[in-house]
Amino acid sequence: MAKVKVKICMGTTCFVMGASELQELMDIIPAKYGDDVEIQGVPCLDLCSTSSEAKAPYVMVDLTVISKATVESVLEEIERKLKNGQE
Amino acid sequence: MDKNNQAAHLKKEILIKTIKAFLSDDFGESTRLIPFEMRPKGYEVPYRCCIYKEREILRNRIIASLGFSMEGADERILLSNYAKWATEREKPDEHTLTVLESACKGCVPNRIFVTDLCQGCVARPCLENCKFGAISIVNGKSQIDSSKCKNCTKCIQVCPYHAIVKIVVPCENACPVDAISKDEQGHARIDFDKCIACGKCVSSCPFGAIHEKSQIIDILYKIKQGKKVVAMIAPSVAGQLPCSIYQLKTAFLKCGFYDVLEVAQGADITATNEAKEFHERMNEGQPFMTTSCCAGYNNLVDKHLSEIAQYRSDTKTPMYYSAEICREKYPDAVSVFVSPCVAKKTEAMSNPNVDYVMNYEEMGAMFVAHKIELSELEPSSFDSEASKEGRNFGITGGVAKSVEVADNGNSEVKPHLVNGINKESIRTLKSFAKKGQCEFGNLIEVMCCEGGCVGGNDCLNNVRTATKAINEFTKDSKPIV
Repeated sequence: MAKVKVKICMGTTCFVMGASELQELMDIIPAKYGDDVEIQGVPCLDLCSTSSEAKAPYVMVDLTVISKATVESVLEEIERKLKNGQE
Repeated sequence: MDKNNQAAHLKKEILIKTIKAFLSDDFGESTRLIPFEMRPKGYEVPYRCCIYKEREILRNRIIASLGFSMEGADERILLSNYAKWATEREKPDEHTLTVLESACKGCVPNRIFVTDLCQGCVARPCLENCKFGAISIVNGKSQIDSSKCKNCTKCIQVCPYHAIVKIVVPCENACPVDAISKDEQGHARIDFDKCIACGKCVSSCPFGAIHEKSQIIDILYKIKQGKKVVAMIAPSVAGQLPCSIYQLKTAFLKCGFYDVLEVAQGADITATNEAKEFHERMNEGQPFMTTSCCAGYNNLVDKHLSEIAQYRSDTKTPMYYSAEICREKYPDAVSVFVSPCVAKKTEAMSNPNVDYVMNYEEMGAMFVAHKIELSELEPSSFDSEASKEGRNFGITGGVAKSVEVADNGNSEVKPHLVNGINKESIRTLKSFAKKGQCEFGNLIEVMCCEGGCVGGNDCLNNVRTATKAINEFTKDSKPIV
């Protein structure tokens, strides 16, 4: 099974608009999913320039973009991806 | 309330939009259009009754971001006029907070309430335990007579079904000094004679109805006019953004600031002076000394706790010494203190060496509006580096530790930490003053916010990760002695 890749945008806009709270995921995800999910904080994904800061912070779970991301919404998307991967 | 919420998100969005408007070709017109850009025709109505109310509240939020009070504001005045006036005033307004009546829910008053979960049981412990005769049984269920209820919460504790709840007004409940009450219409009002500017009401209102009046436009306008503007960054800033303080300096320079000074340098002077003072006071036989660097605590002592004033250190704050250094180095500069909290705005008002205060949310919004990618910036160096202890001032225990280290074994230092001002810690401090002794230690560090300045109401990062980042940064800094 391919790993699910999570990218948390650590660009200025996303961080100011709440990605600071998402840093928690760096601890939660390895503990919960081990090697099945890979998580990294990445420099600006440049999603704020095409959309707007109103929808920041952005997180990418594989190719899915989550806007106004929260710890809960990211975990939900990971679950969905893992479930689909098994089918 | 948790920092991670939509009201906080919305306030930051407003700040970014206001600053972007300032940086545009037509500040007035761009500002006037913000509510329409955020809630265009046909847009969903996320929070309020209709799109017109949404826009009106956004307009009010922008007025606060421009630095004006909403109390007594005239709704006929265009936002473009407010934008113009923001660049014309010489000094920021005296009071630092404002209540947006349009956004205030007018919450039902604090009271104890029996919910539908009441099972009308036979035991009726609520009725049996109420000392005030406020509970009666109506149609087989408990009911509280609010005219008799004293809010003691005994009934809540004894109900086996958890059917009785305390309904709170979040802002009133968060205020440690009873400075918030309701006006005739039930809207929140701040009594500025009592307010200590701790910012707890700002963070606690679920409707985001209490705003800080921003000075950001005043600051940006000084830069635009070509004035030398110098930023003095508080120690807690080190854990706030995904970059080092050296990259942060570069970011300020890119926004047009002339120089950036570390307030931790001022903190080093505070620690050294406070250690000397502590030694003297203990030699004189005084029972204890409290720190004096937290603006919220200083406001508390000055307005509500005069009995502890004699035990409070006379040493000045890191802001004071930093501003002195700044004035000496750049006599003709406009000095800006970059702050984790609103309380420092009140301190700056009484210090002629500090011209403006920019909080961390405003700082973050400024970088976003300027499209600055912090992690990509080259570092800039500081003329002098502050100590590890000075840089740790913004974390609970950091100030007491710095005094202990600076004392260098001269005195027997027993620190006691008051980590957050609330009704309970105020009672405790009062009792220390009344008894003239503190059984827990002789050096009492008082921080208004839980976690220290990293828990300030304007912080961008959460306390845990910010603390971790500062510890990581300071572990290699030089010791104070």
